[in-house]
Amino acid sequence: MAVSRLFGASVKRREDPRLITGHGAYTDDMKLPGMAYLAILRSPYGHARIKRIDTSKAQQHPGVLAVYTGADLAGKLNPIPCAWLIPDSDLKTPPYPALASDTVRFTGDGVAMVVASSPYIARDALDLIEVDYEPLPVVTTQEQAAAPGAPQLHESAPGNLAFNWKFAGGDVDAAFRDAEVTVKQRFVQQRLIPNAMEPRGAVAQWTPGADEVTLWNTTQNPHIARFLLSVVAGIPENKIRVVARDVGGGFGSKIPFYAGEALTVFAARELGVPVKWIEDRRENYLATIHGRDQITDVELAAKRDGTITGLRVNALSNMGAYLSTAAPGVPTWLFALIVPGCYTIPAYSCDVKGYFTNTTPTDAYRGAGRPEASFLMERMVDLLAGELHMDPVEVRRKNFIPADAFPYTTVTTLTYDSGNYQQTLDKALEMVDYQGLRQQQQQMRQQGKYLGIGISSYVEVCGLAPSPAAGAMGFQGGLWEPATVRVLATGKVIVLTGTSPHGQGEETTFAQLVGEDLGVPVEDVDVIHGDTGAIPMGWGTYGSRSTAVGGTAIKKATIKVLEKAKKLAAHLLEAAPEDIVADHGRFYVQGSPAKSVTIQDIALQANLGWNLPKDMTPGLEESHFHDPTNFTYPFGTHICVVEVDADTGEVKIRRYVAVDDVGVVINPMIVDGQVHGGVAQGIGQALYEHAIYDEGGNLVTGSMLDYAVPNATQIPNIETARTETPCPHNLTGVKGVGETGTIASSQAVVNAVVDALSPLGIKHIDMPLTPERVWKTIQAAKASPTGAN
Amino acid sequence: MYSGDFAYYAPTSLGEMLTLLNNAKPEVKVLAGGQSLIPLLKLRLASPATLIDASQVPDLRMIADSGNTITLGAMTTYFQAIDSPLVQQRCPLIIQALRQVGDPQVRARGTIGGSLAHADPAGDLPAVAMALDAEIHAVSSNGERSIAAANFFTDVLTTALQPNEVLKSVSFTATDQPATGTAYVKHRHPASGYAVVGVAAVVRLGADGTCQEARVGITGAGAHAARARGVEQALAGKTLDEAALDAACASAADGLDLMSDTYASDEFRAHLTRVLAKRALAEAASRAHSQA
Repeated sequence: MAVSRLFGASVKRREDPRLITGHGAYTDDMKLPGMAYLAILRSPYGHARIKRIDTSKAQQHPGVLAVYTGADLAGKLNPIPCAWLIPDSDLKTPPYPALASDTVRFTGDGVAMVVASSPYIARDALDLIEVDYEPLPVVTTQEQAAAPGAPQLHESAPGNLAFNWKFAGGDVDAAFRDAEVTVKQRFVQQRLIPNAMEPRGAVAQWTPGADEVTLWNTTQNPHIARFLLSVVAGIPENKIRVVARDVGGGFGSKIPFYAGEALTVFAARELGVPVKWIEDRRENYLATIHGRDQITDVELAAKRDGTITGLRVNALSNMGAYLSTAAPGVPTWLFALIVPGCYTIPAYSCDVKGYFTNTTPTDAYRGAGRPEASFLMERMVDLLAGELHMDPVEVRRKNFIPADAFPYTTVTTLTYDSGNYQQTLDKALEMVDYQGLRQQQQQMRQQGKYLGIGISSYVEVCGLAPSPAAGAMGFQGGLWEPATVRVLATGKVIVLTGTSPHGQGEETTFAQLVGEDLGVPVEDVDVIHGDTGAIPMGWGTYGSRSTAVGGTAIKKATIKVLEKAKKLAAHLLEAAPEDIVADHGRFYVQGSPAKSVTIQDIALQANLGWNLPKDMTPGLEESHFHDPTNFTYPFGTHICVVEVDADTGEVKIRRYVAVDDVGVVINPMIVDGQVHGGVAQGIGQALYEHAIYDEGGNLVTGSMLDYAVPNATQIPNIETARTETPCPHNLTGVKGVGETGTIASSQAVVNAVVDALSPLGIKHIDMPLTPERVWKTIQAAKASPTGAN
Repeated sequence: MYSGDFAYYAPTSLGEMLTLLNNAKPEVKVLAGGQSLIPLLKLRLASPATLIDASQVPDLRMIADSGNTITLGAMTTYFQAIDSPLVQQRCPLIIQALRQVGDPQVRARGTIGGSLAHADPAGDLPAVAMALDAEIHAVSSNGERSIAAANFFTDVLTTALQPNEVLKSVSFTATDQPATGTAYVKHRHPASGYAVVGVAAVVRLGADGTCQEARVGITGAGAHAARARGVEQALAGKTLDEAALDAACASAADGLDLMSDTYASDEFRAHLTRVLAKRALAEAASRAHSQA
């Protein structure tokens, strides 16, 4: 029977029937006998001394089992650690207690907690806890935090400076000394809230006697959670099982290990009953990490013909009140190394300072550093084009790393694996009819209408990562992945992966990968993930790494299974193993396809063990531990076409074209979905989203009434296309697509709006491009004889 | 939902509802669709002791033709109003506005009376009530009274309703005369969907094509919905061309108690009010022309 090709097919997501009919197994779906419910009292102040906490009324409230404060955690729960200790940066990691006992440092900092027989009682009892606060002066921005005399958050971090990280390559001073033209701009990457559909939560079950715990947790990386829980709660790693069967999105916000899960485990251990803690959305906005929040001052040196000769970046990053798990790596390594982007920039320097402020800690949010990098570079290219009166397309073409230069080692020492940047640009220009659009733009300008075309050519670094690179960057973990491929007696297949998909569809993608190679239907392959009790090890899902790293591990384990299967086929067919052909699930002697055995026959024999070659062990199961040799480097060009209503400042996206090259594609439908979602988030940053604090440290955009997550009516039709340049250093050629949409899109929108308004002399508008901001920029430009900014 | 504790009643007659309103433990809130109240309860921004659910009171559900007006019962949902041929024919402005309220879930549950009694400064319907010279009919154990829309909205989330009164129904002036057109134009908040500024306009043209009457209701910009009477007077007798609209709408934001927030400053709200008033009037005038 011919098996249609699974690899490259738009197989419908196999997880969806379960999820969309309400049969998922999310953390909040866990209901255990005798379960109690935890609620956390959070600081209403951005910065305050705790003078007194009186929990007596809450303790007496009917249904309350226990009330705990920071003092109760002493010796039982260690501070929440930071796990990305960037070297050579004077990094300060002040302790992040799970409950604050003397000082609260952001609105939402935990102060006390209640465990009760119902979640409603627990919530009611929070209102009965009396806390006397002595408010302290507040700093919410990195610039305030850096100012002399600013209120200090941590004794161990003078000047609120968490770190100062630097990189330099090439002769930057010479580049600027010899520059024929320079362009300067300050960019504000506003603070964003990740907004996973499922908020965070935890269920902990402590087994007295065995002294072991099972933690159901909304995490993107259960094995890292296991390790960090072990450190925080002092529970041996072998006594911890972390389960994350279904997780409703993360976008990076479920990478960190948080106080919430530690407190849940603490309560379960103290009380000997299962305990559940689930955030509501308000709590999610306060207590789950935020993203971006970086201010960059950028200078670019170039020749008059558009050749970029140097780049200098000074970045100020807002780290929030404490350093979250991976936070220091985001605005440094993940940002700085990819800033030069698609271009042959010979000299580049970057200085990044991270500051503590009285705000929710920031950490990785979809793209994590790379959207900031790509935004900065693509805005600078457009600014250079404007300065030189060149077409922004021509500036890009002039500086692209040529297709024949790969592998290409950049000024930042990254080695880009493969690429053809020109090709994605050409394809995108063709799709939008660039020349036709430019003519239309001229006509509309004569009618007083503002049409703009924004181009974004990007390359990103993902497929994290070679473990030695992780170590060199100070990441306190490896980034390899294990996989096990287990063929059962009936020929059905179970795949174990250390990655932890939470919406990306790898239960389907990985089944396609294995089904293709073993020659079994996709329905016969089940992918098990998100359970440290079942999976030997794993570093999780983030950094667009699951398919590039985890998928390669699976591919290699599958090859081992096939090798054993061939040996057994040879035995059954009474032939030599080297003569056996594996052909879509059938095994036969080269040239004699009529006489064959199937993978199912072989699986049965291997599992029965009745008739094996002398040197063969029973079973048909293989594992592989894969560490990649390089990152992967997806790239592409996005073009956004906007029309700006100059009377109201409203931006209407007329077209959005995304041409991506993410290497070889296993499931085009899933890849399109990832691009759509990423672009939606990038458009969200460009036009809508902004987490705003007031001077007292209150999160003003504290709910979805104020914080604009774009909905379907606010997102245009996204036209996707692809070129395919395989990754040369893994077996499948895949690169990764989880973040490309977000990395590529914000600057496409901003470039388009600035292009639309360029006749007014407008050169830059900071995100989000809200109607008022756009309108005011237009008003200022009209009022100024020389145009705005 | 983690609200505070409250007592819940679902009376089945208006009499029972009024008795509860007089006797229940304060603070009492009437649940009339819940599209604003439930989120407030959820966030504990409101913690009433008593909730009276109006959904089981038949007298509050009706749509009736009353001559120069049409009357909608307080518990008429947005979708019921949108689907009504009578409303479509006689007060299309209501439908033009309600189609822009929230999302399908809100339009399925939200009610005419709930929106007006809540008096959210950014609600859409209050602008319509102003432009259609609505009469709001209130009932209490002391009897019934009618309140003109112009006197109904008094401040942010505040109306002329007394604590013992229930909003029973609303009469909207019909606009199905010849040469009359209406329009509702709003700047939608990107997160909440509420009107940052919303303008409801009614235009009636004379035989010579000049403006016989213009009525303009504004929401979102100020603390409560208001009429732009300066604009209305400036347009009377004028041909509604670009210049006349520009000149008249320059005063659209005059006299408003302008609000300001992180999304839109008072300055921008005033500007939007002028721009959207012009757009709403132009659209209404265009419809009036096609009805002439």
